Amino acid sequence: MITYKPENHLSLLAKVEAFAGDRLLGREEKSHYHQFKVRGQDAKSLIQFLRDEPGLGFEMFIDLTAVDYLRYPIAQPERFAVITTLLSPTLGIRVQVKAFVAEGDPRLPSLSDLYLGANWTEREVWDLYGIEFMGHPDLKRILMPDDYEGHPLRKDYPLRGRGERGNFPVYHATTQKPQGGV
Amino acid sequence: MYSYEKEIVERDENTVHMNVGPSHPAMHGTLRVKMEVKGERIMNTEQEIGFLHTGFEKLGEHRSYNQFITLTDRLNYFSPLSNNIGFALASEELLGITVPRRCQVIRTILAEMSRLADHSLCVGAMTMDLGAFTSILWTFVEREKLYDVFEAVTGTRLTSSYTRVGGLAFDLPADFEKRVTAILDSMEKTLDNLRGSFYKNRIFLDRTEGIGVITKEDAMSYGITGPMARASGVPYDIRTFRPYMIYNELKFEVPLYKEGDTLARYKIRIDEMAESISLVRQAMKLLEPGPINFEDQKRTLPDKTSTYGDMESLIHHFKLVMPGNDHGIHPPVSDIYSATEAPNGELGWHLVSDGTSNPYRVRIRPPSFINYPVLKQLLKGSMLADLVAILGSFNIIAGELDR
Repeated sequence: MITYKPENHLSLLAKVEAFAGDRLLGREEKSHYHQFKVRGQDAKSLIQFLRDEPGLGFEMFIDLTAVDYLRYPIAQPERFAVITTLLSPTLGIRVQVKAFVAEGDPRLPSLSDLYLGANWTEREVWDLYGIEFMGHPDLKRILMPDDYEGHPLRKDYPLRGRGERGNFPVYHATTQKPQGGV
Repeated sequence: MYSYEKEIVERDENTVHMNVGPSHPAMHGTLRVKMEVKGERIMNTEQEIGFLHTGFEKLGEHRSYNQFITLTDRLNYFSPLSNNIGFALASEELLGITVPRRCQVIRTILAEMSRLADHSLCVGAMTMDLGAFTSILWTFVEREKLYDVFEAVTGTRLTSSYTRVGGLAFDLPADFEKRVTAILDSMEKTLDNLRGSFYKNRIFLDRTEGIGVITKEDAMSYGITGPMARASGVPYDIRTFRPYMIYNELKFEVPLYKEGDTLARYKIRIDEMAESISLVRQAMKLLEPGPINFEDQKRTLPDKTSTYGDMESLIHHFKLVMPGNDHGIHPPVSDIYSATEAPNGELGWHLVSDGTSNPYRVRIRPPSFINYPVLKQLLKGSMLADLVAILGSFNIIAGELDR
């Protein structure tokens, strides 16, 4: 069984710091994993290094998600952060890569050719945050309807209002004509 | 590694478009699979999800930590207690709270019991989809008995909302141990019946053996966890990877298969149920009287009877439940990723706190959402009837798939 081996964090830190150098915006030690902060364009090379470097072997994809730091009390390098969580079966540790993406040009390279699991999770982030993944084979909405406008998990998207259920056109069985609508 | 870009579909006049779901008895919830079939052979598929999208993650930003627990019931509605416990553990990790021993033992027992309930429904429904109706009646009876106990403990059968941040809603009923012991005994008999009926059943083996094989490399690349991953030989279980609650004191084997086919995914659930029965029995012996809630009432809701009984608890209750930033629990400004082993796999919580009483961001990493995309690859080139067998072994729950 894969077991948690906290002593392997040291070799991970040394290797990542030697590889990333100045591109590393910072790192944070969490309860049982390390979080590396980079810019969006550097994320893919770091993740590829984590996966392919002998002795690291982060082959297991765990999660990919995003956070909108628009109203966060602590200033962040950019508005959006795409967070990828990986697991190394050989080292027995998890790692997180936090890639900051600018508000004006929310784009970063897709991980879908590195991890099969990135396909749907990137579609979800595109759907809910509007962050574009360059090189994704099929980037389209996944949870919201195809004709939906806006990206609902952004902090400037209201809880009630735009695109709410009451705004969808209603079809009445008797007349078969759409009523209401936007 | 499977490549989505190299998908070439040879279409001719015999290619037919076929649509299964979102409302179809074999689709286990609101799943839709669009297929191109030639004869009975599936050429290409596209899965469409989102029919049950409820916006839990958006709602979570507008609810307090204790209010969000009611929403976690609706994720995997076959094992709501696992979700309650997972979220409570994540928010306690954010707050830096360790709950008392009795609370941890109760949570472990209930987590394993909800694993039993979830797996028993999955193995029953899967064989029902393949035409064996008796087995679902057996497992439904067992699940119903478990739900009776959940009702006695939490007050409801399905939407339990039993945990609180830093404890539990209330203590166990008096006859809990006696009732659970009786269920475990009858559950073991049902497991023997299931093994006897299906492990050497030619019809069942023909439908499942070698069907829908997920390789170990693909399982890791997709991020598949839980029974599905362990049926493919990925030795990953969070209960042993980073033991939480009291799992490091209990003795259990994690079943592991190498085949990765539908039969292995069926067998592994039966084996895990046998392990869960043993885990509940062991944990029951560790059940000792004691407090169930974290002692600091500035961060944990007081007991309901004392809320109605004394002034101090009423004030604490008021301070915790009132809306507004002067009230409620205030975790430090930070973010954490915490995961528990839910019946379907790794149920992860990525909580971001901005220091107010509501979470800044609640990311749910649902096992079903990460486990489901592999279906496209498995169905390509397989028979139409395999869809039902493969999907039944996945145990995809639409509530946590679409959130």
